[in-house]
Amino acid sequence: MNKLGLVIQREYITRVRKKSFIILTLLMPVLMVALTMVPLWLSTLNDGNVKNVAVIDNTGIYATLLKSTDAYQFQVIGASEQRDTESRLGKDLFAILQITEDLHKDPRAVSLTSQKQAPQELQSIIVSVLSEKVTQQKLDDLSLSGNVDMEAITQVRSIVEEGSKVSLRTFRLDSGGGVSESSTELATIIGMLFTILIYMFILMYGNMVMQAVLEEKKSRIVEVMVSSVKPVNLLVGKIIGIGLVGITQLVIWGILMGLFFSGLSFFIASSGQMSAAAMPPEMGNFEIEGMMSTVMSINWLEIGFYFILFFIGGYILYASIFAMFASAVDSEEDTGQFMTPVTLIIVFAFLAGFYSVNNPDGPLAFWTSLIPFSSPIVMMVRIPFGIPLWEKLLSVVLLYGTFILIAILSAKIYRVGILMYGKKPSIKEMLKWVKYK
Amino acid sequence: MYLETRNVVKQYANHLALNNVSIEVPRATVFGLLGPNGAGKTTLIRIITRITAPDSGEVMIDGTPSKAEDVYKIGYLPEERGLYKKMKVGEQAMYLAQLRGLSKKDAHRELMIWFKRFGIMDWYNRKVEELSKGMQQKVQFISTVIHNPDLLIFDEPFSGFDPVNADIVKREMLRLKEEGKTIILSTHNMESVEELCDNIALIHKSQVVLQGKVFDIRKEHRPNIFRFRLTGSEFDLEHPSFTLLSKERYHEFINLRIQKVGDISNNELVKLILNKYEVVSYDEELPTMNDVFIRTVTK
Repeated sequence: MNKLGLVIQREYITRVRKKSFIILTLLMPVLMVALTMVPLWLSTLNDGNVKNVAVIDNTGIYATLLKSTDAYQFQVIGASEQRDTESRLGKDLFAILQITEDLHKDPRAVSLTSQKQAPQELQSIIVSVLSEKVTQQKLDDLSLSGNVDMEAITQVRSIVEEGSKVSLRTFRLDSGGGVSESSTELATIIGMLFTILIYMFILMYGNMVMQAVLEEKKSRIVEVMVSSVKPVNLLVGKIIGIGLVGITQLVIWGILMGLFFSGLSFFIASSGQMSAAAMPPEMGNFEIEGMMSTVMSINWLEIGFYFILFFIGGYILYASIFAMFASAVDSEEDTGQFMTPVTLIIVFAFLAGFYSVNNPDGPLAFWTSLIPFSSPIVMMVRIPFGIPLWEKLLSVVLLYGTFILIAILSAKIYRVGILMYGKKPSIKEMLKWVKYK
Repeated sequence: MYLETRNVVKQYANHLALNNVSIEVPRATVFGLLGPNGAGKTTLIRIITRITAPDSGEVMIDGTPSKAEDVYKIGYLPEERGLYKKMKVGEQAMYLAQLRGLSKKDAHRELMIWFKRFGIMDWYNRKVEELSKGMQQKVQFISTVIHNPDLLIFDEPFSGFDPVNADIVKREMLRLKEEGKTIILSTHNMESVEELCDNIALIHKSQVVLQGKVFDIRKEHRPNIFRFRLTGSEFDLEHPSFTLLSKERYHEFINLRIQKVGDISNNELVKLILNKYEVVSYDEELPTMNDVFIRTVTK
């Protein structure tokens, strides 16, 4: 086996065999699911007991409209009991809703009093019920006034009752003239997912490359190594080896995710068949099929292809930079000065990607997805939304051109840096190293 | 000559590391590369091992300009040396051996021989970080010689070794020389230079200031000091041809150290003293390499 192969093999095997790698790889998806699911699940839990809300309605119009829910029990309180209610607050009463006037005359004549901040959920129940009634009242007034066409009123009523729920379906017209149904939400989710993945991997594995270079320097093995391996091979071997570790992790996660989702959809499908009758009609198989067809409508092949391209480009670009700086210093403590700006750029790219989701064709998204230092992160947000081929190609060409340049520069500095101990060099000195024979 | 460097020049940003350095290392000898810290020894070694390239000048190995494949003929134990701490000793040694061009099978066979010879077979599956410094040095020594190179370069090989292990390494070096290997030894331990080296080059301020056979150099640098042991209790001879450095009584004898002054042969000097005293013994002091080193560098 040639030396580069040996170096790659060592870098790869020693890392993949580590317990920490195996544990992290297997646990991470579980952790991710847990991290998103647990708060979601916790938020659906209420504290178990039903909260009593006293309703004091001087008008007598609204009190009966408030229907109790699982969490809130509305109790209509007559005028006679009014005095006690305040003393019960905080004991068996959670809140008091007081309506003093006809709301369609004075919309401010309603108040909610509680000892703790009233939950958003409760507020929205009350507001929606009351608003609906007020709308009705206003329409009633209008029809009673007589100078309006009754038919028009009836139509307005039906419009109001139906609500103006618009279901926006989005389509994408590609350059070939074909139309495909697209889902903005899904594109957003997918874009963010891949952006976070690339961001995480650049930081995590870039750091790993840095640690690897420092480890060799600190343990003083590097001179032993370069007496039989060319520094370039050592560097390239390290970057490739560690990159393969990252890809291994990705593949494992992909497989785990695939298993998880196929398990999930199987579970949904089978439970759907068994209890189709019990489920509300809109939650039936139709919905899931619709979801599946939107998922299928995403061009996974294209996204996957570009993900790999940008993943490789971004990783090598940043890994080279990390390796270059690591080679120039003696210990982790000295890396800060060089690493902080680089990390800031990566974080900036991530934020740019984050905001590009809202406007994937805006100037921020456009430029940051062309600039090589942010393009791998930002471009992944934009691709699921569909962007012109030339932008993607230009971005890839720029990225690969830059990483080749940076990698050459990095190799030249690395070659000198790994053998330098002592004083931390300035950027100027490092640039002089490039010219060394 | 097995190895030659010809007018090697190496310039770093702000200083000249090597200024026209030419050394000649005969085959199957131990060559001492000496010099104070920062003189340029390590830079020269890195040029010989092709880790860096000279700005001008050339390195000849076995009569031909050195080329990339020559790294397989060289075994280099750097002064700054270490091992991957988290790797197992055996894997690490295998890795280094394979990087030096051995096939997996050959590497394993050779390793077994060396691990047995150094008595560290039990350590094969231990992690490097569990090893003592001396043990690690043994592993490093093995990985330097494992590929049976013709040229061996040891930079401060004895540092960190206890006397027992240092002696093992010395014996190994002499054995390798017997086998016909050429060895470059860079060290500050002048005793070991006298003990092991056939030739030396002394580099000072980026230049070779002294080069040749160890014995010749010591002879050349003799300070013309003679030790006499006479019978009697007093010595009071004075002569313009010598100055008395010290005298002390030793049982029924008296020990003198005399420095010769001016143009007078050793014979004549001895005769001067013989005429008056009974000489029990006499010899000329040869400088140690330590003396030569200090005198050349501080001159």
